[in-house]
Amino acid sequence: MSQAMGLKAKLGLNVFIADQDPHIRIKPGQEADPRLKKAIIVCPAGLYSENPEGTVVLSIDGCLECGTCLLVCGSEVLEWNYPGGGTGVQYRFG
Amino acid sequence: MGEGEQFDAIVVGAGLAGLAAAYTLADAGLEVLVLERGDYPGAKNVTGGRIYLNPIRELFPNLWPKAPLERYITHEELCMMAGERSLTVRYQGNELGQEPHQSCSILRSKFDRWLARQAERKGALLVSRTRVDDIILTEGKVTGVRAGGEELRARVVIACDGVMSFIAQKAGLKSPADPAHYAVGIKEVIELDRQVLEDRFNLEGDEGAARMYMGAVTAGKFGGGFLYTNRDSISLGIVAGIEDLAHQEPYIKAPELLDAFKQRPEVAQLIQGGEAAEYSAHVIPEGGPGTMHRLYGDGILVAGDAAGFSMNIGITVRGMEYAMATGYYAARAVIHARERGDFSAAGLAVYETLLHDSFVMADFQNFSSSLDVLKNPRLFRHYPELVGGIARDLYQVPAGSKARLFPTVKKHLSMAELWAMFQDYRRMKQI
Repeated sequence: MSQAMGLKAKLGLNVFIADQDPHIRIKPGQEADPRLKKAIIVCPAGLYSENPEGTVVLSIDGCLECGTCLLVCGSEVLEWNYPGGGTGVQYRFG
Repeated sequence: MGEGEQFDAIVVGAGLAGLAAAYTLADAGLEVLVLERGDYPGAKNVTGGRIYLNPIRELFPNLWPKAPLERYITHEELCMMAGERSLTVRYQGNELGQEPHQSCSILRSKFDRWLARQAERKGALLVSRTRVDDIILTEGKVTGVRAGGEELRARVVIACDGVMSFIAQKAGLKSPADPAHYAVGIKEVIELDRQVLEDRFNLEGDEGAARMYMGAVTAGKFGGGFLYTNRDSISLGIVAGIEDLAHQEPYIKAPELLDAFKQRPEVAQLIQGGEAAEYSAHVIPEGGPGTMHRLYGDGILVAGDAAGFSMNIGITVRGMEYAMATGYYAARAVIHARERGDFSAAGLAVYETLLHDSFVMADFQNFSSSLDVLKNPRLFRHYPELVGGIARDLYQVPAGSKARLFPTVKKHLSMAELWAMFQDYRRMKQI
């Protein structure tokens, strides 16, 4: 097994079916909320990152739909829904 | 289904709770519709995982002989991991190999799909690729769901939509979640040649191994690591309390905890030569059903993770048998309510009675303080280092003469340490 498989490569093992729209959004005006910095730490898929302006951005590709970001950020910061029926991650082992 | 028609029950979510409910309802001749947002049942489900069969064997007597489980667990290990060393306790016993087997490793995608087929054979209608967007309320009573742009009606809705349960929230049965009551599990499935796996873990035939790790694996945060052997793969992962992960130093990104765990020599040699096949994550309820305002309302019941039915008592972490049992008892409550034609909260209250008379509520009452006791940082930071240090000194043979054993141990156990251990012991007695 490779010494340190990158996160992108790990996510690449999974089956994803694309949804039309992102199912999680940072609510407009909330990009600088400090709770989003916590999402960077807790997200198992590493989808949250800080941009040079110091605000947090979310890239939804590879989302495992676990809900951890919603738990640390709350619904004031995130508009959070499951992806549409039949889309998103499809675990083959689980 | 035509206008104005309604099902006896709509089950939201084809996980273990939902499928157990649907199987039980269909078996009793009720018309039941199961809605699943995944491409197939199990597509959205993740377990560590192992299922304990004894508490639920009799609820589904015909199910188990043919169930696609992975391996029955005969080798149990608990590893206390310090930064530089570890100490492992292994439990093996003839009783673990005897039928009926106590616990089995399981892969949910395989198992849930199979369980869904059993429910369908009993007459349940399963519709996948359908996300439930809302509940329909009529004069304060739940009378159906909105899904895929359609309104679907039923006498009762059983919310088995998993740990985040937006359905229970929409029905006013649950407040938005408090991170202190949740952990996140992150797992890799690593495929390994079956013969290599059996040789490596000393397994005969379908025997399996389960290993739990605590301490450095979560950098001292609440949680631990796990390893389960499947037929020809290993499920390897970590669980960490979300609050500790977000707010307790050192701040380490969750995926990096798993990578560091994999690189520990105790683990690296076990997965060597394996091929990573899947990377998954899921939130785990740790707060129990106490986090719910109520488990039922007018025209609605909540079961499984959606109702918080998962329990961590350190030595065992369990959720799936509570999911199947609560799904079963929710179904029994619906069957009872249908006989009386009363699907109001009063008519469904028998659900709570059934749970109280079963192992489910007995367990949650017995272990109601376990989470508070386990949220003791000394368990995850101090004790693994302490026992590792004692082991190192006991086993060490220096160039000169070796120190006597009692003073070797005693230097780790000052009066202050013994007093702190006594305090921890008193707290542990609550579990």
